Amino acid sequence: MRRDARFYRKLFASTFYISAFTFGGGFVIIPLMKKKFVEEYHWIEEDEMMDMMAIAQSSPGAIAVNASIIIGRRLAGALGVLISVLGTVLPPFLILSVISVGYTAFQDSRIVGYVLRGMQAGVAAVVVDVVIHMAGGLLRKKQIFPLLMMCGAFLASAVFGVNVVMIILVCGAAGAIGAGFTMDRAHGKGGRGE
Amino acid sequence: MIYLELFVSFLYIGLFSIGGGYATMPLIQEQVVDLHHWLTMEEFADVIAISQMTPGPIAINSATFTGIRIAGIPGAAAATLGCILPSLVIVLLLAFLYDRYQGLDIVQGILNGLKPAVIAMIAASGLSLVTLAVFQSGQPSADPEAIDWPGVVFFAVALFTLRKWKKDPILVMAGCGAAGLIVYSLLGSL
Repeated sequence: MRRDARFYRKLFASTFYISAFTFGGGFVIIPLMKKKFVEEYHWIEEDEMMDMMAIAQSSPGAIAVNASIIIGRRLAGALGVLISVLGTVLPPFLILSVISVGYTAFQDSRIVGYVLRGMQAGVAAVVVDVVIHMAGGLLRKKQIFPLLMMCGAFLASAVFGVNVVMIILVCGAAGAIGAGFTMDRAHGKGGRGE
Repeated sequence: MIYLELFVSFLYIGLFSIGGGYATMPLIQEQVVDLHHWLTMEEFADVIAISQMTPGPIAINSATFTGIRIAGIPGAAAATLGCILPSLVIVLLLAFLYDRYQGLDIVQGILNGLKPAVIAMIAASGLSLVTLAVFQSGQPSADPEAIDWPGVVFFAVALFTLRKWKKDPILVMAGCGAAGLIVYSLLGSL
């Protein structure tokens, strides 16, 4: 693949297009990127793409942005990162710029107020639905430690108003220790303990 | 300086929002609503609704929306840049480590450990959104007069629809908006 102007234009156009038409968050964008870069352009192998997407999901921040960073780097280094990130960020940036101007203009309108007030109940329901779905998945695993951690974190955040980052750091550390522990055990069982 | 404040706030949001999407919500609420008062809880709920109906990550949408309202296009650019920078550093670092050593077991372990906490914090944010929707002032109160009864009904019906029929969230929110328009206009309230 030649890294000429045409290549960069194609990279920008595809990230821009995917970002502009992806409703429903980061998990939707991954299959779309796979389709484009693996199946259509053959720029990346399937296995490598899967590993790259795992990294995108493991890193903090928006999954779509993370995916475009790692794909851009793999295809064309720093310039690739710049172009694919621009392509991914520009559509929401432009759309929200227009909306926020409209929002400010219409915020005091009664009609818009009624619609927004109704939608606030819808948003609350959508978020509660997501929580039920995620917590249900955790409950089905029937492990006591993650459940305790979930309840503790909820109390800390909702009742005691503990800083969100504090909770993340404490639980992340607990997760890392837990992961280290299970890995040691796994290694021990396989007879490869140090 | 406001640009720097926006940049730093969204840098912090970008750095600690692990898992993307809804996981970003509690952090945005903390920084933008509770700490800096750049948006009210109502405006925050509206941004979440708008984010659901437009393409793009919640973090970038909120950064653009908040930035523009507080400090115009340069503010939006500062906030969005702040939001992206941690991703840039950490993704590139992980990609480099991956090229070197393959395998990401420890990272996966930390992520698994974080999952319960992420769910809990989305739940806490969800609680604020429910409170906002079911009380007229958006503040909890024991007074039945303070309850926004149409809001309670919309919430219950919407949640039931989502759980039972797995309808598209965009449709459910649009439905709530339409119901709000009709019911609140008839009641002449708000």
